[in-house]
Amino acid sequence: MNVATERFIQLGLLVVILGGWQLGVSIGVIDVFFFPAPMDIFNQIISWVLDPNFYRHVTITLTETVLGYVIGTGLGVAAGVWLGLSRSAARILDPFIKGLNAIPRVVLAPIFVLWLGLGLWSKVALAVTLVFFITFFNAMQGVREVNPVVLANARILGAKRSELLRHVYFPAAASWILSSLRTSVGFAVVGAIIGEYLGASAGLGYLIAQAEGNFDAVGVFAGIIILAVFVLAIDRILDVVENRLIKWRPNAAEERTA
Amino acid sequence: MALAVVKPVVEETAPQQKKAMVAIDSVTMSFGTFVAVEDVNLTVADGEFLAIVGPTGCGKSTILNAIAGLLKPTSGSVSIDGNRVSGIQNDIGYLFQQDALLPWKTAIENVELGLLFRGVGTSERRERSTAWLAKVGLKGFEQRYPHQLSGGQRKRVQMAQALISGPKVILMDEPFSALDIHTRHLMQNELLRLWQEERRAVVMITHDLEEAIALGDRVAVLAAGPRSRVINSFPVDLERPRDVAEIKLDPRFMDLYRNIWASLRGEVEKSYERRD
Repeated sequence: MNVATERFIQLGLLVVILGGWQLGVSIGVIDVFFFPAPMDIFNQIISWVLDPNFYRHVTITLTETVLGYVIGTGLGVAAGVWLGLSRSAARILDPFIKGLNAIPRVVLAPIFVLWLGLGLWSKVALAVTLVFFITFFNAMQGVREVNPVVLANARILGAKRSELLRHVYFPAAASWILSSLRTSVGFAVVGAIIGEYLGASAGLGYLIAQAEGNFDAVGVFAGIIILAVFVLAIDRILDVVENRLIKWRPNAAEERTA
Repeated sequence: MALAVVKPVVEETAPQQKKAMVAIDSVTMSFGTFVAVEDVNLTVADGEFLAIVGPTGCGKSTILNAIAGLLKPTSGSVSIDGNRVSGIQNDIGYLFQQDALLPWKTAIENVELGLLFRGVGTSERRERSTAWLAKVGLKGFEQRYPHQLSGGQRKRVQMAQALISGPKVILMDEPFSALDIHTRHLMQNELLRLWQEERRAVVMITHDLEEAIALGDRVAVLAAGPRSRVINSFPVDLERPRDVAEIKLDPRFMDLYRNIWASLRGEVEKSYERRD
């Protein structure tokens, strides 16, 4: 099946789902209180997008997401590489890490609000706790799975410790780390949104919480769709980054050209 | 076992006239209670090509890793050019059995690694590694990644990578065993050609006796493991340069083969018995 046909079928599916939904609403089979008409949601999105005030919310959520993401993945990679290299440190810290990871992160949100207030940083902290562990475990695994022959070869060729990190450990762990960076984006957004949802005065999560408070299903749905687009856009950026960084990988290269 | 024990023609004759480049002095390597090799004594003269043969699992690679400094002998000592080995050695070239190229670096980036770690400047590095790639017949393949090269080509890159910094000693751990027979012959000739240009001390591990005789100046036979040791050493007095495929038809080659095999055969059988 060629690409054009596949695209056509995808488009057809979208039209059938949305069309059916809209039709169901028009003939009264679907209750608009729970499932508002797609057209209404669309209009709500348009009116938000046209409202300059809306961008204040987007900017705030974006800032929280990016900060949480950068801090969380940075710490995760650093800690993961460290514990991947030092077996004894990994053994000592293992129960603590497992214990921390076992805490459902959402319950930390009230504590962060208590510590850091209702502003930006309580949301960033929540996003960091969500993102950190994903990157951490992946970076650690990546460093541990370095091919021992390649490592021995680099050492015999004269690589010092810092050179081993740069030329062997990081590139070897890169595909692991990048795949975790991908997963982390979603979690960074979740952290920011939940933080806002539980207590904030601005942001996309706050918008959704407000709409929900007013039983405004249109607003909730519109917020959800905007969030999805938001995450997709970040995902797309990572795609480009990943392609640039690991062009040496056989399957990655072949898949792109195929 | 009714196997006639054939006395080797020549007993240990380490060439003492040339200076010893690698000296392995009563080395024992053990891992916990398992003793891989015990009391191994070997000397490799400068410019000498020593081939070590032995049954699989007799601890051949362990000896090589002790020379490279990747493993520390439990007792005894190894020295290279008079200096005792402690820790990773940087004036050796190591040709691994497996793919040891860094998969995220292109052919030329792999070749220049040794120079990079020694702090050689960019332009000189590029120049020398380009020359080395051409030398191993890979001109035009500079920007390929290892996965874009064939098994033989990857071995060539590995050779250039190991030899570019002019190591005092070259260690090889069954370097061609993963290649098909024709590629293997090609690579063996290639290796001899490169080695002939600039003779270094070589220690090659192999389980292929033909390869050992065709390439080596001397063939040492290791006993079946555990507690493996050197049981015999045979000088190979075939003139160089040699052609690996043709030399096998030489009657002297066959005599040597018969002699060494008589020594090796019992060990191979022993190693099979122990495994069952």
